[in-house]
Amino acid sequence: MSSSATTTEERPAASSAGDPLLVVKDLKVHFPSSDGVVKAVDGLSYSVARGQTLGIVGESGSGKSVSSSAIMGLFHGSNAQLSGNIFLDGTDILTLEENDLRKLRGRDVAMIFQDPLSALHPYYTVGAQIIEAYRVHQDVSKKAARRRAIELLDRVGIPQPDRRVDDYPHQFSGGMRQRAMIAMGLVNDPSMLIADEPTTALDVTVQAQILDLLQDLQREFNSAIIIITHDLGVVAEMTDDTLVMYGGRAVEYGKTSEILTHPEMPYTWGLLSSVPDVTGDTSAKLIPIPGNPPSLLNPPSGCHFHPRCTFRDKVAGDLCRTTTPELVPGSRGSSHLKRCHLPDPESIYQAEVLPEIAPDLVEATDAMESAAPVAPAEAGGSAEPSAASAPIEAKEQG
Amino acid sequence: MSTAEHTEPEQAGDPGTPEEEPTFITDADIDPYAGMAAVEAPKDAKPLLTVDNLRMYFPVKSTGLVHRTVGQVQAVDGVSFEVVEGGSLGLVGESGCGKSTTGRLITRLLTPTGGSIMFEGKDIAQISSGDLKPLRREIQMIFQDPYTSLNPRHTVGSIIGAPLRIHKIIPEKQVLGRVKELLEIVGLNPEHYNRFPNEFSGGQRQRIGIARALTLNPKLLVADEPVSALDVSIQAQVVNLLQGIQKEFGVAFLFIAHDLAIVRHFCPEVAVMYLGKIVEIGDRDSIYLGAHHPYTQALLSAVPDVKQASIGGRRERIRLTGDVPSPINPPSGCRFRTRCPIAQEICAKVEPPLLQIGPKHKVACHFPGEIGHHPKEPATASLLGLDSEGNADAAGAVTNHDRLSHPGYMTEWYDLDTKSFARD
Repeated sequence: MSSSATTTEERPAASSAGDPLLVVKDLKVHFPSSDGVVKAVDGLSYSVARGQTLGIVGESGSGKSVSSSAIMGLFHGSNAQLSGNIFLDGTDILTLEENDLRKLRGRDVAMIFQDPLSALHPYYTVGAQIIEAYRVHQDVSKKAARRRAIELLDRVGIPQPDRRVDDYPHQFSGGMRQRAMIAMGLVNDPSMLIADEPTTALDVTVQAQILDLLQDLQREFNSAIIIITHDLGVVAEMTDDTLVMYGGRAVEYGKTSEILTHPEMPYTWGLLSSVPDVTGDTSAKLIPIPGNPPSLLNPPSGCHFHPRCTFRDKVAGDLCRTTTPELVPGSRGSSHLKRCHLPDPESIYQAEVLPEIAPDLVEATDAMESAAPVAPAEAGGSAEPSAASAPIEAKEQG
Repeated sequence: MSTAEHTEPEQAGDPGTPEEEPTFITDADIDPYAGMAAVEAPKDAKPLLTVDNLRMYFPVKSTGLVHRTVGQVQAVDGVSFEVVEGGSLGLVGESGCGKSTTGRLITRLLTPTGGSIMFEGKDIAQISSGDLKPLRREIQMIFQDPYTSLNPRHTVGSIIGAPLRIHKIIPEKQVLGRVKELLEIVGLNPEHYNRFPNEFSGGQRQRIGIARALTLNPKLLVADEPVSALDVSIQAQVVNLLQGIQKEFGVAFLFIAHDLAIVRHFCPEVAVMYLGKIVEIGDRDSIYLGAHHPYTQALLSAVPDVKQASIGGRRERIRLTGDVPSPINPPSGCRFRTRCPIAQEICAKVEPPLLQIGPKHKVACHFPGEIGHHPKEPATASLLGLDSEGNADAAGAVTNHDRLSHPGYMTEWYDLDTKSFARD
C-alpha cells in the first residue's frame, strides 16, 4: 500500500487522481413488465477518474451489467425507464439523442463483453469487424483501417497479426477471441473502457495474460476502466475502487484495499467467505450465503439483504426489515461507504467472520493487536472501533 | 449404514442381483450451510478405482466423399492414477487438457482407446454395454451445466426416480418416497417433486442433479465442474453439500474443475493435467505448497488472490507465453516444453516419466524442483539410461520400469537430494 495514512481520511469515496471522467448519479433503470416494474438498478452513484479502475462485484441479477449497459446508452429506444445522470467528461449521456450516442459509442466508451464467441459476428472476419469499428468513427481509407487493425492485433498479442486478421472468430482460441474483442474495444482509443466479466470464460493462465494486457493498455492510454466481475481475486489485483452491488443497489463502496480488508457489510463478508482461497489455510471453512438472490420484481422490504443476513439479530428492533439503510460512511472514514444498520461491523468481522474464513489472518491480526497499545479494547468488542482499528491500519501500511 | 455397505466390496462386486436387500441413504443430516474442511479418507483405505495408462484418441476424418481418418486427437494419452474408497481426487488443468474426457471414460460414456480402468478389482475399460448396466449403479456423474443436464419436460420426481425404475430396484410404489428422501438430503423441499426443472434456480437444479446421482448409492461420483456454472454464493452451498454427502456416505469423488482454489478446498489429492497427460499428482500440500513442475507453478501463480488487496498491485507470477499446442500434433518429448521457461534439449527428445519424488508426490519433469530451484542437470537422465542431452547412454543402467509406471504410490521413491531411491 503506497498511499499514506492521511489520504484515507480526506479523500472522497472515489479515490480520484484528478477530475473524474465518469460520474454516475442516482441512476435508476426500471423495466416495466406485465408483472410489475423490475427495478434492475435503483439509485446507483459512483465515479471513475482517468487512469483508475473500478471493480463492480455482485451476483447475477444484482444490476451490475445493466448499470454499465446504461453507460453505453444501450437502453435507448427500449422500454426501459432511466433516471438520474451519467456524466461522461461533462456530457450527460442520458440526455443525448441516438445520433449523438452513436458517435460516442465505441469512440469514447467501449465495452468488452463476457462471451467473445457470441459477441463477435461469426460471418465476418475478425479484421473486418475491427475495421468496421474504426471506420465508423474515423474518416480513413480501408487500407489505413486495415493497417490499424493489424497494429492493434499485434498490440494485444495475437501472433502473426497480418495473417490472423483475415481469420474468422471460430479460428481463434478463447483467449485469442477475448484479445480480439479488446483490440476492437481499443481501436478508437476510448477514454472509458467497460469490461463485463472479461475473463470469466477463460483459464487462469489466459486470464492472467488478459489482465496484464488491460493493465498495460491502461498505463499506455490512461483510460478509465470498469471491471464487472464476481471474482474477488481479480478485483483485489486489478482495481483501485470497489463497488459491491446487491439487488440493484450499491451496498458497499470505497477503496479496494479498504473494502476487501475491512469489509463492513454482511453481504461482502458472505462473498469473501464463500470463495476458497488458493493460498490460505486449508482448514478454512466455506460459509455460503443462505438462500437465493432476491427477485427485483418484489424486492424484500427495508434492507434488500435482510432475508439472507445472518447478523440481523444484532440490529435493534425490526430496523432491517422496515427501513432501508442509507449508503453512508461507516466507522472507517469517508472513503468507505456502506449500506447497513449494524452498529459495529468491524468488531463483528474480526471476532466472528474472520476466524471462520481465514484463521491464519486472525493470528496475524492478533500479533498486530498485541503490539498495539489499544488492542485489548478491540478484542473485547469495544464501542470505539475506529480508535481501536486505527493502529492496525497504521501497522499494515508501515 | 451406507458406510458399512462400502466396507464389503465382495458383495458389491456382484451388483447385478436385484434380489439383495436395497440399502439406501436415508437418515441424512447434512446442513448445506455448515462449512467444513475437506474430508480425508482413512490412511489405509483401499483403492476403489485404479486407472492405468488410459488413452483416448478421437479420429480426425477428412472432408469429402470418403471420410478417411487423417489424424488423431490425443485427448487423453497415458493417464494413471488411483482413487481410494471415500477419498477424493481433484483433476485440474486448462480447457482442452483432457480432464473432462478422463471423467467420461471412467463413467464409460466413452470407450477408451487403450489402458485399463480397474474398478473394485474388475477392468471396466472394454466391457460390453450389457455389462455396463450394473456398473452404472456404482459410478455416477454430476454434470457441469444444470440447465442442459435435466430434461425440461420431465418433473423432478421422474428425473430423480428414473434410475430406480430403470434398475428396477424397488417397487414402483416406493419410488416416490425415495425421491422425497433424496430431495430432502440435498436440501430441497420434498413436496416439490411434481415441479419441472424450469421452476428451480441454478443452484437448486444442481442439487437435483446431485440427488439423481445419489439415487443408486454410488461408490464413486465423477463431478465434472459441478459448481462452475453457479453464482459465487451458491457455489459454496453446493460444495458444502457435496462434502456433507461424502462425509455421511463415504462416497469417493473424482472432482474435475479448473478452479484451483475449489479443488484445493475439496480434494486431499490433486492431479494436474496438461495436453492429455498428468504432469504432477500428489497430496494437497505437495501440489499447492511444494509444486515441482513448472506448469503447476505457473498455474498456481496465475490465480488472483483476494489477500493481494492489502498489498495492492498484481501478484508475482510466472508468465506463460503462447497457447496450448494442438493435441492432434503434440510436441515431441515433454508436451509442455514449447511453453516451459526451463526447457532444455532433453525435453524435446525424451518424454519425462511420472516419477515419484515423495511419499505422495509424483512429477513428470526432467528438471523437477521448487520455483527457482530447478536442477541444472536432468534428474531423470540416469534413471532412463540417458546422458544430459537425452541421447542414449551406453553405460547408463536402465532402472526397473515398474517404478516409473505404477498408477498408485509406492513405498519407495526417488529422492531428488540424494539422487537415489529411498523410503522413510
